Amino acid sequence: MTVMQILFLLIGLVTLAASVMVVSTRNMVRAALYLIVTLFGVAVLYVLLNAGFFAVVQVVIYIGAISILFIFAVMLTRDVTGLQAAAFNRTWLLAAFLALVLFGGLFLALQGWSGFETVPPAFTDDTPTIRDLGLALVSPDGYVIPFEVASVLLVAAMIGAIYVAWGRK
Amino acid sequence: MAFFVDPIGFIIFWLRGLLSGWGLAPGVVEFIMDALGVIAIGSFGLGFTIFLIWVERKISARIQGRIGPNRVGPYGLLQTFADIIKIFTKEHITPRGVDVAVYNLAPVLSVMAVLLLWAVIPLASTVVGTEINVGVLYIVAVGSLGTLAILIAGWSSNNKFALLGAFRTVAQMISYEVPMVLSLLTVTLLARSMSVTQVVAAQDVWFILVSPLAFLIFLVSSQAEMGRAPFDLMEAESELVAGYQTEYSGLKFGMFFVGEFLHSFTVGALVTTLFLGGWRGPGAEQYPILGIFWFFLKSFVIYFITLWLRFSLPRLRIDHILDYNWKYLVPLGLMLVVLTAVLDKWLFMVNPAINPWLRALAQLAMNAGLFLFANFLVETRNRRKPLRQPVGAPRPVARPPEKASITEKAA
Repeated sequence: MTVMQILFLLIGLVTLAASVMVVSTRNMVRAALYLIVTLFGVAVLYVLLNAGFFAVVQVVIYIGAISILFIFAVMLTRDVTGLQAAAFNRTWLLAAFLALVLFGGLFLALQGWSGFETVPPAFTDDTPTIRDLGLALVSPDGYVIPFEVASVLLVAAMIGAIYVAWGRK
Repeated sequence: MAFFVDPIGFIIFWLRGLLSGWGLAPGVVEFIMDALGVIAIGSFGLGFTIFLIWVERKISARIQGRIGPNRVGPYGLLQTFADIIKIFTKEHITPRGVDVAVYNLAPVLSVMAVLLLWAVIPLASTVVGTEINVGVLYIVAVGSLGTLAILIAGWSSNNKFALLGAFRTVAQMISYEVPMVLSLLTVTLLARSMSVTQVVAAQDVWFILVSPLAFLIFLVSSQAEMGRAPFDLMEAESELVAGYQTEYSGLKFGMFFVGEFLHSFTVGALVTTLFLGGWRGPGAEQYPILGIFWFFLKSFVIYFITLWLRFSLPRLRIDHILDYNWKYLVPLGLMLVVLTAVLDKWLFMVNPAINPWLRALAQLAMNAGLFLFANFLVETRNRRKPLRQPVGAPRPVARPPEKASITEKAA
């Protein structure tokens, strides 16, 4: 086993354990903090895959923005310090069933996948970089339509947020 | 001789040869070298803070007309060691009702967020912690960890003042991250790369000359990110006891301060790397040790400026801080990014091999124009806005006679 594999296993274990804690802990703020650990673990996995850009974006967006928003919202909504929220609600059976179906489907789909055995190609100078990613996002043969649709969606959300926050005068 | 020209590169080369000589696998050697690099940068950062604390106390004393530490060692240089011993022996008080694990994690995280920045800063042509091709974005990512540290410190303390301080901090830090990212984007555009080493390599003309507005935006927003005066609302003593660190004592309190002291120098180092050409200077290419010298010289100049600002300006009000950010810095940053991109593209379309000084001149003119335009808008707005009168009628209080006429006119 190489050092990288040991690191991968350790990070994977931490990520999985933290994600279990996200749903099993009773304290809402702590759940949000465990979520941060999970997202951070995913970022480290990106690093191990040599996808530095995605790792950094993961930290900027998920930890820097979304998680902090979570914590902020949770802290402001109720007195969460002493709150013991219920761990289950009425639909837990259905949710467990759906999760099992999803897991089974993924398991079956990935069983025949050859990606587990392939050795990652060595990195060379013509490995796609952020430059290629950026060009692909705006080139007509690339992903310009999804990119523009996402931009329109974000602008719409921004206008909506401004409208809601404007208040009635 | 090689040692004196490039000590750190020499040690790395020697150690790698030594480890390989012991018959270790190349993967293991790389791992050990990386781990040693992490330890070296981390210890350097923390050890350097001891010196920084002395520097900051001396400078603050000079600005305030005092002498500063002058008893322990020559010029009080050993004062910090005495303080460290004192803080080590202090009691760790854990108040009732705190979330212990999170409470203890927060100070560690706040130091970590600063130390992580040193990983991508090139100290000389051969000395860089790690070369990642998204270094500029990494700086932003690590900055958000600092916000997180303060937020969880405030929450886990189970104290209203701490929580209020944390809320203010998050409002301020998240807001000021936006202009900071915009100014970093301008740097990325000018350097044509997000790698920090490439940014340094691209600075044949320092970016402070190419885009002074980006430099100013970065300086102001990083001062706000640090949470130091005039942006030190998060620990405003007169309102919030000590903000998010109210409940911390002993070394845990010390850790927050280590993080803060180191952060203020790190901002100097970042500004140097991004805008002042990093390690570049006369002779730095041939003699990397000179690069380290230039780097620290420039960083200390910027560090001194941030300290000067800190000890000269009074604290701002939170609505002023947020107004200034959202209504001035962010629009200015957006305009700057767009104009820089268009102008740079045009310049390189006209002449692909343009002289860097000519390009700098064009960009500088654009920056000056943009600044004058922004200034004009603000002035117009200020003129239209009615002047705020003091609340309530002037009360009959004792005042020097020559001031009386002014107050009566205002009333």
